[in-house]
Amino acid sequence: MAPVGQAALIVTFGLVLYAAVVGGYAALRGRRRLAESARNALLASFATTAVASAVLVIGFLRHDFSLVYVAEHSSRELPFAYTLAGFWSGQSGSLLLWLLVLTGMSSAAVLLNRRLLVQALPWTVPVLACIACFFALVLLVVSSPFETQAAPANGVGMNASLQNPYMLAHPPLLYLGYVGLTIPFAFAMAALLSRRTDERWLVATRRWTLASWTFLGVAILLGAKWAYETIGWGGYYAWDPVENAALMPWLAATAFLHSVMVQEKKAMLRVWNMILVSLAFCLALFGTFLTRSGVINSVHSFAQSSIGAWFLAFIALVVMTTTVLIFVRLPHLRSQSRLESLASREAAFLYNNLLLVALALTILWGVVFPLVSEAVRGTAVTVGPPYYNFFLRAFGLPLLLLMGIGPLIAWRRASVRSLARSLAVPALAAGAVGVLLLAGGAGSSPPALVAYTFSVFVLAAIGLEFVRGTRARRSLGAESWLGAFSSLVARNRRRYGGYIVHAAVVLLAIGIAGSSAYGSSATARLQPGQTMTVGGYTLGYLGATFRPGRNHDELRAQLAVSRNGEPMGVVAAGKNRYHVEAFFASAVAIRTDWLRAEDLFVVGEDFNRDGSVDLKVLVNPLVGLIWVAGIVFLLGSVITLWPDAREQRRLARRMREAEVLAHA
Amino acid sequence: MMATLAFAVVFAAAAGVFVALPVLRRSSPTRERFGGLGDERAHLELIERRDRALAALKELEFDHRTGKVSDVDHRALIVSLRLEATEALEHLEDVGSEAHLPPDVSQRTRPPGARLVVARDGR
Repeated sequence: MAPVGQAALIVTFGLVLYAAVVGGYAALRGRRRLAESARNALLASFATTAVASAVLVIGFLRHDFSLVYVAEHSSRELPFAYTLAGFWSGQSGSLLLWLLVLTGMSSAAVLLNRRLLVQALPWTVPVLACIACFFALVLLVVSSPFETQAAPANGVGMNASLQNPYMLAHPPLLYLGYVGLTIPFAFAMAALLSRRTDERWLVATRRWTLASWTFLGVAILLGAKWAYETIGWGGYYAWDPVENAALMPWLAATAFLHSVMVQEKKAMLRVWNMILVSLAFCLALFGTFLTRSGVINSVHSFAQSSIGAWFLAFIALVVMTTTVLIFVRLPHLRSQSRLESLASREAAFLYNNLLLVALALTILWGVVFPLVSEAVRGTAVTVGPPYYNFFLRAFGLPLLLLMGIGPLIAWRRASVRSLARSLAVPALAAGAVGVLLLAGGAGSSPPALVAYTFSVFVLAAIGLEFVRGTRARRSLGAESWLGAFSSLVARNRRRYGGYIVHAAVVLLAIGIAGSSAYGSSATARLQPGQTMTVGGYTLGYLGATFRPGRNHDELRAQLAVSRNGEPMGVVAAGKNRYHVEAFFASAVAIRTDWLRAEDLFVVGEDFNRDGSVDLKVLVNPLVGLIWVAGIVFLLGSVITLWPDAREQRRLARRMREAEVLAHA
Repeated sequence: MMATLAFAVVFAAAAGVFVALPVLRRSSPTRERFGGLGDERAHLELIERRDRALAALKELEFDHRTGKVSDVDHRALIVSLRLEATEALEHLEDVGSEAHLPPDVSQRTRPPGARLVVARDGR
C-alpha cells in the first residue's frame, strides 16, 4: 500500500504546484480558462490527499507494520479507536491531516464563493495552493508517513497519555481550527493582490473564521479536559508551550472577529484587519511548528529537527510577503471614516483588540524567550506560570470588564449621561455581589474577587441587553414574549449569539478564578481502614484492587467518600500499566458535584509494599463551570454561525446591483 | 520505486483530465478573460456606503427604542446618519443616470428601506 500513498502525495504536490504557478499566471493575466484549470487542480489535490490519507488509515487498521509510521504509533493490543487516532499521533500523520483539511477546506471555500468573489477568486486559488505546496513538500522530502521497513511482529504502541477519549477529538479539532484560519488569510491576500479590498472578502470568510475559531476554542477546552483527567496534577492548563500554541491564534482570531464588525459598520480598521488575519494565520503556523518541531525543550533539539527549519523559513516567508503586500496596497486600505468618540462601541472594540493582541504577543514572548535566551546567553531561561498569570490578570480582567461595557455603548458616540444610565444596573448588581463576596470571605484572593465582580457586571449587562431587546421587539408588533425573544435572536444572530459566547467566557472566568484561588489540597499515606479529610470531604481507604486487561492492567485504591457524615459512594484512583509501551500512567478519580460545580480530585500516587497508598486529594471549587462554559460557548457559536437567509439575499442583491452598474 | 511511479502516472492521468477540462473546452471570446470590470469596485463601494448608512440608521432606531441611546444622542446622531444615507443614495442615482440606466434598474439601487431617508437637513 505504501507506493499508492507515496504516489498520491507526489501527485498532490504536482497538482498544488500547478495550481500555484498556473493559477498565479492566470490571475495576473486575467486568463479565465487557465484560472479554472488551476481551480480544478486544487480540487483534485483534495482527492489525491484523501487517497494518501485512506492508505495510512488502512495501514493502521491492518496493523501494517512495514510502514514505519504505523509501527511507531500503534500496536496489535491498542483498542480500535486509538488505532485510528494513531493517524494523527505523530509528526507525519499530523502533517498529512493538515494537508487533508487544508485541501478539503480550500476546495469548499473556492466552490462556495465562486459567485461572490468572481474577481478575487482567481487569486485565492494560488495563495491556498502555495500553502498546500509547503505541506506537500515537507511530507515528501522531510517527514513521509509512507517510509517502509521489514515489518516487525508488533508495533511500539501509542504514548499512554494519548490513550484518552478526549485525544480522539482534540487533535482533529485543533487542526480544523489551525487550518481554517488559512481560508480568511488566503481571501485577504487575494483581496490585496486583486486590489479588491472592499467588504467582500470579509463577507466570504466570516463564517470560515467563526468556524475555525469555534473549532480552536473547543479543541483548547478538550485539551484542558484531557490534561485535567490524564496528567494527574489536578490542574487543566499549565501554560505549556504546546497549550499556548493553540491559545495564541485563538486570541488573535478573537480580536479579528471583533474588529471586522468595525470595518463592516464604519469602514474603519482595514489595515488592522489585514494585520490581524495574517497574525492569526502566522500564529497557527507557529503553533504547528511548536507542536511538531521539538523546538520547545531545547535549541539543540530544534537543530536536530529538520522540520523546524522548514517551518521557520516558511513562516518568515509568509511574514515578509504579507508585510510587503499590505504596505504596497496601503492606498487601497484607507479608512472611510474616523473614530468619532473614545466612548463608543467601535472604541470599545479597539480597546478589546489592543488587549487581546497584547495578551497574545505577551504569551508569544513567554514561549520564545527560552529559545532567545539560549541562543543569546547559552542558557535556557524557563518562563513559568507566574509570568503568564500576571499578564492574564493584567489584560484579562480589563477584557472581562469591556465585555460588559461594550454591548451597552452605542455606535459612533455616547454621552456621559446616556452611558451612566446604561451602566447603572449592571454596576449596581456587580457592586452588591462584590460586597456580599467580600463579607463572605472571598477577599482572600483579590484578583478572584475582582473577576467575580466583573463577571456579575457582564452577566447583568448581557441579561439587560436580552430584556431590553425583547421588550423593544415586542413593542414593534403584537408578538408574545417568547416570539419577541426568538425574533430578536433570529434577526441578529451574530450579536445575540456573541452575547451567549460572552456568557461562556464569564463562566470560564468564574471557573478559573474559583478553582485557582479557593481550592484546597492534602496528601496522606493511608493503610486500609484509615481516613483523611480535605475541604469538607472524608475519604476512607478500603483497599487496593487489580484488574488485568489486554492493552493495560489497572491498579486502583478504593476510597469511600463522605461529606458532613453523609456517604457519597466509592471512588477509585490509581495507575494503569500499559503492556506494549511499558509505561505507567495515572488514572485519577474525579467526583463532580454539579450543584456546587465542584470536583473532588484524587490521585493515587504510590502503592507501597506494606499495603498503604500515597494519595493526593484536591477539592477544586467551580471547576465544573469551565466545562459548562464549553457547552455554552458551542451553543453561542452555533447561533452565530447559523445561516442567515436575509443576509444572503442582501449580499446577493448588492452583487447584482454592482454588476448592473458596472455593465451599464 | 517503480510501483510508486506507476501509481503516480495513473493518478496524474486521472487528475490531468480534470485539470485540463477547462482549457480544452470551447469557449466564447467574451468568456476568455476576467478582470475587465474596472468600475465595479467603485460602484460596490458606493453600494456598501449606502447599505452601511441605512443599517446604522436602523440600528440607531433600535438602540433608541431599547434605551441604549438617549433622546439627545439620538437627535444628534440621526441628522448625520440621514445625511450620509442621502448622499450615498444620490451618488448611486448619479451613477445610474450617467450610465443611462433604464428606470427599473436605476430604481433597484434604492432598497426598500431607503424611503425612510427624506431630506438633506436631516428631517
